Amino acid sequence: MEPNDFNSADPVAWCPGCGNFGVQAALKAALAQLGKEPRQLLLVSGIGQAAKMPHYIKANFFNGLHGRALPAAAAAKIANRELTVIVTTGDGDCYGEGGNHFLHNIRRNVDITVIVHDNQIYGLTKGQASPTSEPGMKTKIQPGGVILAPFPPLETALALGCGFVARGYAAEREHLTELILAGIRHKGFSLIDVFQPCVSFNKLNTYEWYARRVYKVGPEHDAADKTAAMALAAQRERLPIGVIYSGAKPSYGELSGLDGMPPLVDADISNVDINPALADFR
Amino acid sequence: MKNEINIRITGEAGQGIISAGMMLARMYTDSGRHVFAIQDYMSRIRGGNNFFQVRAATKPVAAPAKQADIIIALDKEAVEASKAALAPGGVMVLDAEKFGIKDLENGRINAPIYALAQEAGGPLYANSVALGILAALTCDNFEDAAKTVAREFASKGGEAALRNAQAARKGYDYAAGNIKDPAFRLAAAPHDRGCLLAGNEALALGVISAGCKFYSAYPMSPATGIMNTVADHAARYGIIVEQAEDEIAAVNMAIGASFAGVRAMTGTSGGGFALMCEGLSLAAMTETPLVIALIMRPGPATGFPTRTAQEDLLFALHAGHGEFARAVYTPGSPEECFLAAKRAFNTAERFQVPALILSDQYLGESFTNIKFPDTACEPPDRGRILKNGTTPGTRRYEYSDDGVSPRAIPGRSEALAAADSDEHGPEGHITELAEVRIKMTEKRLKLKMAGLAGEILPPTVVNPGAKTMLCGFGSTLGVLRETCAAAKETGFIHYPQIWPFPADATLAALKGTGRVLTVENNAGGQLAGLIRRESGVHAAGSVLKYDGRPFTPDEVVSALERGNQDGA
Repeated sequence: MEPNDFNSADPVAWCPGCGNFGVQAALKAALAQLGKEPRQLLLVSGIGQAAKMPHYIKANFFNGLHGRALPAAAAAKIANRELTVIVTTGDGDCYGEGGNHFLHNIRRNVDITVIVHDNQIYGLTKGQASPTSEPGMKTKIQPGGVILAPFPPLETALALGCGFVARGYAAEREHLTELILAGIRHKGFSLIDVFQPCVSFNKLNTYEWYARRVYKVGPEHDAADKTAAMALAAQRERLPIGVIYSGAKPSYGELSGLDGMPPLVDADISNVDINPALADFR
Repeated sequence: MKNEINIRITGEAGQGIISAGMMLARMYTDSGRHVFAIQDYMSRIRGGNNFFQVRAATKPVAAPAKQADIIIALDKEAVEASKAALAPGGVMVLDAEKFGIKDLENGRINAPIYALAQEAGGPLYANSVALGILAALTCDNFEDAAKTVAREFASKGGEAALRNAQAARKGYDYAAGNIKDPAFRLAAAPHDRGCLLAGNEALALGVISAGCKFYSAYPMSPATGIMNTVADHAARYGIIVEQAEDEIAAVNMAIGASFAGVRAMTGTSGGGFALMCEGLSLAAMTETPLVIALIMRPGPATGFPTRTAQEDLLFALHAGHGEFARAVYTPGSPEECFLAAKRAFNTAERFQVPALILSDQYLGESFTNIKFPDTACEPPDRGRILKNGTTPGTRRYEYSDDGVSPRAIPGRSEALAAADSDEHGPEGHITELAEVRIKMTEKRLKLKMAGLAGEILPPTVVNPGAKTMLCGFGSTLGVLRETCAAAKETGFIHYPQIWPFPADATLAALKGTGRVLTVENNAGGQLAGLIRRESGVHAAGSVLKYDGRPFTPDEVVSALERGNQDGA
């Protein structure tokens, strides 16, 4: 497969220069390397600029409600474990509106890959603070600057026992491609938080801002070391990108017994015999 | 010999009231009687006052009685709480020594329930002592009770079975020797007793039978019983039951699973359904089949968590933003709950719409014996699903005469599956075009409604055109039936499906009638307003009850006699 095999005919509605283009390119490259066909993939999103991604990649897609991509994605994977399910979401969608689902789907550990386009701002609603906005950042709604503490996605995911936690940067496409591929190959819930500059509304966290702070995690980091992962995730001055943590843990499919069954979607329901269940009530 | 008897077992939460009540109901059905049993319990795990009231009769019964001929009080508080529920000529059996009651009023009988329970092993066995007492008073043999106890504890091991059997025997012997009142003997009329089950259980069996493979829900009374029953049988039937983190997740999970090609549903009560409204709208917009069971309880907000109401009729009809077609089933009995579940899945998939099953605590948690409906009824019809070998370019939201488009299942056809909550064109991508908007709205609302309207479950109509015609939906079916048998020149129309509204059938049933009254477990007369809006028939009034408790037929009969049309 080639990245262009995943081209969609739908015209792209992102602003020129948007960090989302980098994520799109990396995702296509990762899918090409994965070698699966569009019909074997399911892209799921909620609402926001990142949530438009499924329209721009050729695959099965489910573009649902704001904040609700994760429950739909997890259930689709439960219904058909043969699908490769990828969620493209944003910091507002995933960490704000859908925060509860973020917490509990890490616990649920269904084998899905979640790419969070983290631009630290609300783009689609034109520039309000997001859960990851820097304190002090001024917006139309927060003219005195953001006063809420930022939501720490990596540390939260680590604290909840997420089996794959990574951070990428939209301008580092090849690096991001590797992260996405590793996330898809990890069995269980994989989180890839991606710094994604918003050229229209975020005048603070620009390409230049990220370029000064972002650095790639080197081979000296042991991704299986949770303590070291927590220390990396806690860095605020310089911002590490790469696989922060990766460790095997039983997935929902293994624990629920689903992996030992034919996919639910293939069950023959034309003639379910209710009598064995009915016997309890006779 | 009596042809009907009403028995209340009452005490505090945690005393095994439900267990004793279920054993009693089973004892009667196993010995040739019909039963209808209601549960009345508080929203607490210990303490308070709960009761389980069994109506046993030689003919089928489908509603509760207001008062009880025999009340067994298992704690002191229950004596006062159930005082007014004792029927004239009835008896209340209580443990005077245990409750510290010195002088027994007329109609009260002492039985050393707790001393007997202690002999059997402890106060835990008081409920089995009660069962033995009731067997002596009403059946005049111990075998019926012994069989019931053996069955109840068969799975719990020898110790529990033995001690409960001993307790029941002690209760029986005490009552046979000391309570000399043959007035409560209940005749038997052997029949095929069928099944003993509650509405929620029948609904769950319908869900399993329909081939549902994914049930996601957040626990909420009084809907949890559905999830419990499905979970009980999930392993055998290959069903995943997922407890979601909240109702928003529950509905979005059901939609995600349905999109991926399995029959999926969720169940909840009013507060949870409120959280699901956006998801309901999403199912409609994405044309993803979705079944939701809404088991009503009194609101607003938390309301009465464990009690009953029909307050969410209009909510169910109008929930979700935007305009779209839906079906709303309002079953009136366990049989209808089973059928509604199977029909709801077929409707949801064939029309690619949300289908709601609207029930309530009373129907959901009341037990009755029924001849189980034909289990092969309503075989699954999955509608237009694309098979392998279809044209890859098939458009998900292709326009069609009936508004229904062929649906691809991800990974199971050459065509790609698409779902979009934004307004979209036929291929499923976002659009802002006015002409597309018009056609898609007509597809989702008008064309699908026309199809649904052609398949409405017909109302049950008894004595059409009678001088007084009662109208009801959902759980009041049994009450309407018994009211009409008792009241003169009265008929009824009952809707097992309230939406799309069967206006023609309504007009036909009510033609020539003197007065039309609705019977509703709510304060607003929601059904009366709906009938007026949809058929132009103005009900003269409504018999309403909104105290959180179900109707009894005699309440409705006396309301009709009083001419009181504003409350039961």
